[in-house]
Amino acid sequence: MDMSETIVIKQHLIDPEICIRCNTCEATCPVGAVTHDDRNYVVDADKCNHCMACVPPCPTGSIDNWRQMPKVKAYSVAEQLTWDVLPGELPPEALVESVCEPTANASQVDSLTEAVTDPQTSSLVAPANAAAPKHESFSATLPPWSAAHAYTNLYGPKAADKTITATVTGNVRVTEVGKLGNSDYDTHHIVLDFGAMPFPVLEGQSIGIIPPGLDASGKPHHARQYSIASPRNGERPGYNNVSLTIKRVLEDHDGRPVRGVASNFMCDLNVGDMVQVMGPFGTSFLMPNHPRSNIVMICTGTGSAPMRAMTEWRRRLRASGKFEGGKLMLFFGARSKEELPYFGPLTSLPKDFIDINLAFSRAQGQPKRYVQDLMRERAADLAPLLADANTYFYVCGLKAMEDGVIDALSHIAKGAGHAWESVGAAMKREGRLHFETY
Amino acid sequence: MSSINYSEKIPNNVNLSEDRTLQRALEGWQPNFIDWWDEIGPEGSTNSEVYLRTAVSVDPQGWAQFGHVKMRDYRWGIFLNPGESDRKIHFGDHKGENAWNDVPGEYRANLRRIIVTQGDTEPASVEQQRHLGLTAPSMYDLRNLYQINVEEGRHLWAMVYLLHKHFGRDGREEAEALLERRSGDADNPRILGAFNEATPDWLSFFMFTYFTDRDGKFQLCALAESAFDPLARTTKFMLTEEAHHMFVGESGVSRVIQRTCQVMNELKTDDPAKLRAAGVIDLPTIQRYLNFHFSVTIDLFGADESSNAATFYSSGLKGRYEEGKRVDDHQLRGQTYTVLENKGGQLVEKQVPMLNALNEVLRDDYIKDSIAGVERWNKVIEKNGIPFRLKTPHKAFHRNIGSLAGLKVSPDGKVVTDSEWNFMKDQWLATDADRAYVAGLMGRVVDAGKFANWIAPPVMGINRQAVDFDYVRFN
Repeated sequence: MDMSETIVIKQHLIDPEICIRCNTCEATCPVGAVTHDDRNYVVDADKCNHCMACVPPCPTGSIDNWRQMPKVKAYSVAEQLTWDVLPGELPPEALVESVCEPTANASQVDSLTEAVTDPQTSSLVAPANAAAPKHESFSATLPPWSAAHAYTNLYGPKAADKTITATVTGNVRVTEVGKLGNSDYDTHHIVLDFGAMPFPVLEGQSIGIIPPGLDASGKPHHARQYSIASPRNGERPGYNNVSLTIKRVLEDHDGRPVRGVASNFMCDLNVGDMVQVMGPFGTSFLMPNHPRSNIVMICTGTGSAPMRAMTEWRRRLRASGKFEGGKLMLFFGARSKEELPYFGPLTSLPKDFIDINLAFSRAQGQPKRYVQDLMRERAADLAPLLADANTYFYVCGLKAMEDGVIDALSHIAKGAGHAWESVGAAMKREGRLHFETY
Repeated sequence: MSSINYSEKIPNNVNLSEDRTLQRALEGWQPNFIDWWDEIGPEGSTNSEVYLRTAVSVDPQGWAQFGHVKMRDYRWGIFLNPGESDRKIHFGDHKGENAWNDVPGEYRANLRRIIVTQGDTEPASVEQQRHLGLTAPSMYDLRNLYQINVEEGRHLWAMVYLLHKHFGRDGREEAEALLERRSGDADNPRILGAFNEATPDWLSFFMFTYFTDRDGKFQLCALAESAFDPLARTTKFMLTEEAHHMFVGESGVSRVIQRTCQVMNELKTDDPAKLRAAGVIDLPTIQRYLNFHFSVTIDLFGADESSNAATFYSSGLKGRYEEGKRVDDHQLRGQTYTVLENKGGQLVEKQVPMLNALNEVLRDDYIKDSIAGVERWNKVIEKNGIPFRLKTPHKAFHRNIGSLAGLKVSPDGKVVTDSEWNFMKDQWLATDADRAYVAGLMGRVVDAGKFANWIAPPVMGINRQAVDFDYVRFN
């Protein structure tokens, strides 16, 4: 089937209500993308390359605004010069609709780092934790005491309906990589809608996707499991939809080129396509819901999906003004900024809302840094959280990160004068330490 | 080149350690600077730890590093923007020649004068603002004041570096004199008039940072075009810091207006007496402050016809605002510009040679830029549904420099008689009673996240911190 041209950009904009026209952005911009008239300073979307050089020198913070826009409808310089206020974000449907207008024939989702988390593309069978021995002794099997009740296996082999049909309502690329050089090495944010059918989910749960067709031996494909990247009340609040963060699998564990069946199927979906889904799965990797409970999130790559879900739920609660959330602390690793899903939206979250620590293992000209390195650096802040019964730790990402994370936690506990074995065992018992690795 | 060496006594990105004579001269000046800071710098601030921005390099990622530091320990240093290897002079008689890395002998006196005049404003504003910390309307505002103070200090360093490096003994003497003059001192005042005016209250401070620091922006922009490359590179980096100062002014006045409008709507009144009783600053008072600061500031651009301005331009010392972006011959010979003149008690336009009118050109660019910000303030009033608009006065209003000096002109540009002026002036310029009222509102608010009654909180904190972050820690 043909895909339509669907290019979504993350458009860089300046808030005219806050900007004081000091000219530092224009003076700093290395590519001449910033311009002004007597009224406004504006960014030319055709020139801006998202290098971020203009962001730190801005005295007001007005420079740090981003809107997801279909490229063909990006706000022009002339239009921005007339603004008194910054327009809001387009609602997802409007974005999807405009993206799917048949304006061209080649199709390529080209979104930048917008609100998409990287789904954990595990190519394993359904509940897929081939648990590593080390983390197993510390990974809780029970949820936090204040977790909401999770529905599981509403659709699956033992349920009345084996699968539920979901409709794709959005599919955008969320990493900077893949944009250049036509590479397939990318990560997509995919929104699935369940219409009128029940599919209640919680942050931290996952779902199974069954790719269509038969495998090499002539059997139907088995399901692949992906963590949900959206909060309980929907990717769009109040709608019966979920989002997934899915990275294309282009090689197997040994580095041989293999195109993952499910991840490529998902990443190539068009809006309007149907998908067979199982689940939800997961009863323990769930977030605490009591006031002033703290959440420490440690993840790599598409392991950010459940972290995005929890963060977004807390963000919505905070915006409601009716919930007193505790600390959020995030340790997030990727090879580079360009490969880090949600880099843009993440960096614009307020600092008093979430304490973000990013580790890049392949950033040019910089030593390799992993999440566990950052955790050690933040030992002074993590030690009291380890000891605090209201703090819950979540680890999600590649299996390879487990040992490093446990070593770091152990080091921090020891530094605070505690034996990790007893701290870790207690955390497991109390549902305060959760692993989801693949 | 772009990283700053903090291991040295004087942080710098100019390889200071390779020029031992210069290094020793500056290390000799440094204790005098600290003495000056201790004597006349921000009052009562010695032990406070302030959430300040410090440059660690001049590239975009490095120059805005935040942390709590004592102001006395702020790393004042010498930072120049990276140079272009074969920069050409792009205006004046030397257009097309290589930019200078040393001062040509024939321009030495004029360049020194330009640098000293610019340098003199930097410590002057610190002196003018030294008591304000005692009446800060919030810890957020106190932090912003202190940030400005330390950066004005750094701008002084920037100018002193040029004096020491390029002007020999004369330069060193001028650098000492910069620490000896005092704002408002009858015997040894600062060079420019506006920098001898008191900054007695926070509304004055916000007006000053909006209007007068914006003059700084335009002067620095004009110097950033200079054929003397070290001056151009220094002022380019200073401009990045200057932006914060204008932000404090623009957002500060805006927040005062926001709070006033809020109370006007709560009380459903525009009666200044009732609003004053409610403890906010009525809009007509804000307009009178605006008229004062605007008129005093546009005097800073100098006489409307000036042969010095022509010389500075033609010799390549000082360009126009955005010289590089203009499309003309960049030499301006034979071109004319319109200035105002007092002819028999009437304002009339006259054409004069543009080279002589370059002060006026810069002033007009400044006025255009100032008006844009005042319109932002009006948006706040408009959003609150209040039918009042602030307006910058006519450029002939209340002038004391140039051919319009002393002429009595109303804010809307009509020439008036002395008796009309005397009758109306209390409605045009802030009166002693206005200032006494505003001064009476001033009182220090020290609880993080709390704001004085006469000012609204900001939309967002500094460096994406919360508004109630502990921006200043008293010890």
